[in-house]
Amino acid sequence: MQSFIIRRLFTTILALLGATLIIFSLSRLLGDPRLLFLPPDGYGISKEEYAKLEAQLHLDKSVPVQYGYWLGDLLKGNLGRDLSDRAQIAPKLTKRFGPTLKLALAGFILATVVGVPLGVLSAMKRGSLVDYIARSLALMGQTVPVFWVAILSILIFSVWLGWLPSATMGEGFAIRNYILPTVTLAIYPVAGYVRIVRSAMLDVLDSEYIKLARAKGVGGWTVTWKHAFKNAAIAPLTFAGLLLGGFITGSVAVETVFAWPGLARYAVEAVQTNNFTVIAVITLIFTGIYVIANFAVDILYAYVDPRIRYS
Amino acid sequence: MQDAAIQTTPRVYAVKRAGGFTRAFNLLVRWPVVPGTVLSILVVLAVFTPLIAPHEPLAASVRNRLAPPVWYENGTTNYLLGADTVGRDVLTRLMYGARISLLVAAVALVTGTVVGTTIGLIAGYYGGLVDEVLMRIVDVWFGLPFVLIALVIAVILHPSLTTMMALLALFTWAGFVRNVRGEVLTLKTRDYVSLARIAGASNTRILLQHILPGVTNTVLVLASLRAGQLILTEAFLSFLGAGIPPPTATWGSMIADGRSYLRDAWWISVFPGVAIFMTVMSLNFLGDWIRDRLDPRLNQL
Repeated sequence: MQSFIIRRLFTTILALLGATLIIFSLSRLLGDPRLLFLPPDGYGISKEEYAKLEAQLHLDKSVPVQYGYWLGDLLKGNLGRDLSDRAQIAPKLTKRFGPTLKLALAGFILATVVGVPLGVLSAMKRGSLVDYIARSLALMGQTVPVFWVAILSILIFSVWLGWLPSATMGEGFAIRNYILPTVTLAIYPVAGYVRIVRSAMLDVLDSEYIKLARAKGVGGWTVTWKHAFKNAAIAPLTFAGLLLGGFITGSVAVETVFAWPGLARYAVEAVQTNNFTVIAVITLIFTGIYVIANFAVDILYAYVDPRIRYS
Repeated sequence: MQDAAIQTTPRVYAVKRAGGFTRAFNLLVRWPVVPGTVLSILVVLAVFTPLIAPHEPLAASVRNRLAPPVWYENGTTNYLLGADTVGRDVLTRLMYGARISLLVAAVALVTGTVVGTTIGLIAGYYGGLVDEVLMRIVDVWFGLPFVLIALVIAVILHPSLTTMMALLALFTWAGFVRNVRGEVLTLKTRDYVSLARIAGASNTRILLQHILPGVTNTVLVLASLRAGQLILTEAFLSFLGAGIPPPTATWGSMIADGRSYLRDAWWISVFPGVAIFMTVMSLNFLGDWIRDRLDPRLNQL
């Protein structure tokens, strides 16, 4: 187990460094890096500022040294300045992290509560109408563009029916504002859960000990939950990496469409206003979360399924 | 007198011939009729767009802005699916958007497939340090959330058609490497490979002549399953403003354009989404069919 953890830790750190390398090399090696720092409102900066940038970015030194300076700054907590208002990025990030986390958590809970039982039901009643509907929904959930479904849901539930608000988070914990974004965010994970859990349950239900339990006369519900499900439950873990990626992408879509004041929307705004410093930092943050979460999932999966430790 | 060969009247079991509807259904399922038709129509529309499109995709006509589709009471046949915020015909832009989506997806898919397969072949065949290094790179690449990297690249590079293709190719190449490498590891041990080596074939020749045909099935299945994903990703990036810049008509940017006009002109956002949905569904069904035909072991994908 030890060597497995160490190996995975190595890959994780490598992935994080790789991300910083990619962002850094893209920013420094393609043309004049000072051009990236021109403010997005289109007005040029003064000659003194332009010259100051050269010292700030350490452009007189070699590229690896520049990388070292940049990385050092990041690790010290100096995340740079937002190009649109010259304010420090770090406090803005802490303010916007909360909404993203709340929405993601809500989406995750909804997806798990809906997706997993649906998958189990689909497997137990294989071939029935329930199975058919669940599988169709799962297929559609993974093919349909999330941002378009978000817009469609606003059109139907906000514009035409007027039942639910169409944007923002609302004051306090306004459940009505949470409904549409959470459901939209949960579509892709639910689809994934249904397929994976169904597939895993079917595999397990075919195994010998289930047949033995049934032959012994164990009742249907007990067989399902006590024996089959416990073994199928680890299957979504393999899917967890993709799931998290889906959440990140989904958050970007949902937060943008529903004007949710979160980190992902901050990133999109940064793209639309050519705010390089902001998008670089947010990308690194999300990458960090993604990489660390994958690491944790791998360790958990290796703990649960010892065969993985030797791969 | 009858001999030992006792003639018994054979029991005739009447097998009911499947009715017309069942046979049609079976045919539909055996061959990918529905996705094939949809995709063929799409490809024909995309290829012949300049000849069939009713309008120019960039021809703004402010007098006709936000014109409704033909089934509304003040809709005309001039704008079958309505007009957008500056009076450009939605149907025309849908068709031109199809061209872009298919072109970008096709080029990116082919490029990514070739690159990914090549790397998988090399990693699997040569093994050792090369294998380790390549797989580490793939692992690192998988560990990164693609959309955000694409956004960073969009800010730095200001994408065009070519950069989008390159970007999406980057998105797909890594997905091939692991599976191809696995296949190669299995094929490497086959007798015909050893025999070829004994006969003096060079490594390159063995790779191209003997191993590559063996991985073709897997590669085809993987590629067909990725095609839909590519279209979705391209649309998403266009929607966010990180894709091909306006005024080029892309499905994603059309959806973004229509966002502020949902109350008055819902058709600007809705129809491109329908187009995306149908295209991706068809591609996925086609991919599933190819997978079922060529390599059902990949069912988990």
